[in-house]
Amino acid sequence: MTKEEVRQAVLDIIATIAPDEDLSTINRDAPLREQAGLDSMDFLDIVMELRKRYNVDVPEKDYMELVSLNSSTNYLAPKMADK
Amino acid sequence: MAYDVAIIGAGMSGLAAGIRLAYYDKKVCILEKHSKIGGLNSYYVKGGYRLDVGLHAMTNYVSHGGRDKPMKRLLRQLRIGYDELNLSPQIRSAIRFGDTALYFTNDFPFLLSQIADKFPHQIDGFAKLLAFIKDYNELDLSIKAASTRELLGTYISDSLLTDMLLCPLMFYGNAKQGDMDLWQFVIMFKSIFLEGFARPYKGVRRILDILEKRFADNGGQLLLKKGVKRIVPEPGGAIELELEDGEVIKTGKVISSAGYLETMNLCGEKNTDAEIQPGVMSFMESIYILDKPAADFGIDDTITFFNSKNINSKNRFEYQKPDTLIDEMSGVICCPDNFDYDTPLNENIVRITNMSNSDLWDSADKETYRRQKEDAMRLSRKEAARYTGDFSSSIIFRDSFTPATIKRYTGHINGAVYGVPDKVRTGMTDIPNLFICGSDQGFLGIVGAMLSGITVANLYALK
Repeated sequence: MTKEEVRQAVLDIIATIAPDEDLSTINRDAPLREQAGLDSMDFLDIVMELRKRYNVDVPEKDYMELVSLNSSTNYLAPKMADK
Repeated sequence: MAYDVAIIGAGMSGLAAGIRLAYYDKKVCILEKHSKIGGLNSYYVKGGYRLDVGLHAMTNYVSHGGRDKPMKRLLRQLRIGYDELNLSPQIRSAIRFGDTALYFTNDFPFLLSQIADKFPHQIDGFAKLLAFIKDYNELDLSIKAASTRELLGTYISDSLLTDMLLCPLMFYGNAKQGDMDLWQFVIMFKSIFLEGFARPYKGVRRILDILEKRFADNGGQLLLKKGVKRIVPEPGGAIELELEDGEVIKTGKVISSAGYLETMNLCGEKNTDAEIQPGVMSFMESIYILDKPAADFGIDDTITFFNSKNINSKNRFEYQKPDTLIDEMSGVICCPDNFDYDTPLNENIVRITNMSNSDLWDSADKETYRRQKEDAMRLSRKEAARYTGDFSSSIIFRDSFTPATIKRYTGHINGAVYGVPDKVRTGMTDIPNLFICGSDQGFLGIVGAMLSGITVANLYALK
């Protein structure tokens, strides 16, 4: 996957988890928590969806890498390069 | 291993846990001892009528928006769209203690104005209580037990107001007699007063249909008429479930919604934890179908919580197991027609719920049981008539269930609707890979039950 595809993959996952949210205006550098109304249960869901869809594991110590859309993309891109 | 996770009980919490696990490709089954799902919240057909059990209303109402609220979090976790529930909000509910009434809707400022109007000297204290409640994190699984009555005493000096506020919250979710655990009070206060009531047009079966379908679509296996007889932990951590029909199922983990003590009984364990005692709060409910709308008798409110006992004394509202068959002086009157539906429901149903003594039903022989039911229904109707008017001559169908019925269908000791008084909040047991969810984990109401299943599945079987 290219970086742009990884970004889209993360956005798709968030759209699945929070279908009522408007994701078109997301600031890529700002925390997702407030922007998409995600709580800790939802972040766990992002991790689980990554595993379910792409077989990518995010260890608990790395959860904070998912704080914004850009940090998620940067963190996941190497892991998903061959997906 | 036949399953990664086996769930005991296809009630709201078990189904929600199952949906989560199946969605994330766990091999999961739900074992339900009855031929129908729902547990405490189900429905049945009698005399050609489809009747709900349990659910009067869904609490935790949110309209569109309110994304951080429990209802929305729950739906997100289950991948259920808000519109699928087809919820209609309540019209107005009442707390009536003799001639004093407080009304509430899904618009909290309305209750505030009611209190300002009827208890003008208490409104400042109530505002402070409200600030306390809003700041309180009731979902923190590690908070210590505390007394609600003690806390209310520091903010509100008129015990009539205290009792009136507690009445709906206790009837809809308190496993304890007399007092209520503070965190449970906060959960119920938020879910009933700050959020509110709603009902799917088709009642509880709408919710159950959605859950059942979602579980099946995700690949979960629902096994009906499969009661668990014994839970046998294996060396190495796996668990064997011996079923009532002799089948044996091997599973990695078990999540039981059967109740904490009931689950321990299945393990053949004596209750070594003296702090966990069985609950005793149970109820009798009478269901009436009338030949005309309840509104014709002046029953306009969605739900009425009432108490007519010792109105002028300080011991007026006693939330406890009565010494008699039922405590007819206090109860809940629900009219499913009185929600704000797009199309009128016109079922003409009135349901009356009273606290009830399970021992007196358990010990009765068949004929006595039948007679007791008749007596209790008459008594219940007579006392409720102060708030409903006398609709006796309009009844075209009636039915009732008692603590004995609840015990038979849910397996709860004493027919205790809300389970043990002291909750096992973490959902953990002493047995590895055996967890509990549902009433005894402590998130109450239908929304709470589902959140409980989700939380336990997330923490112990997915993370």
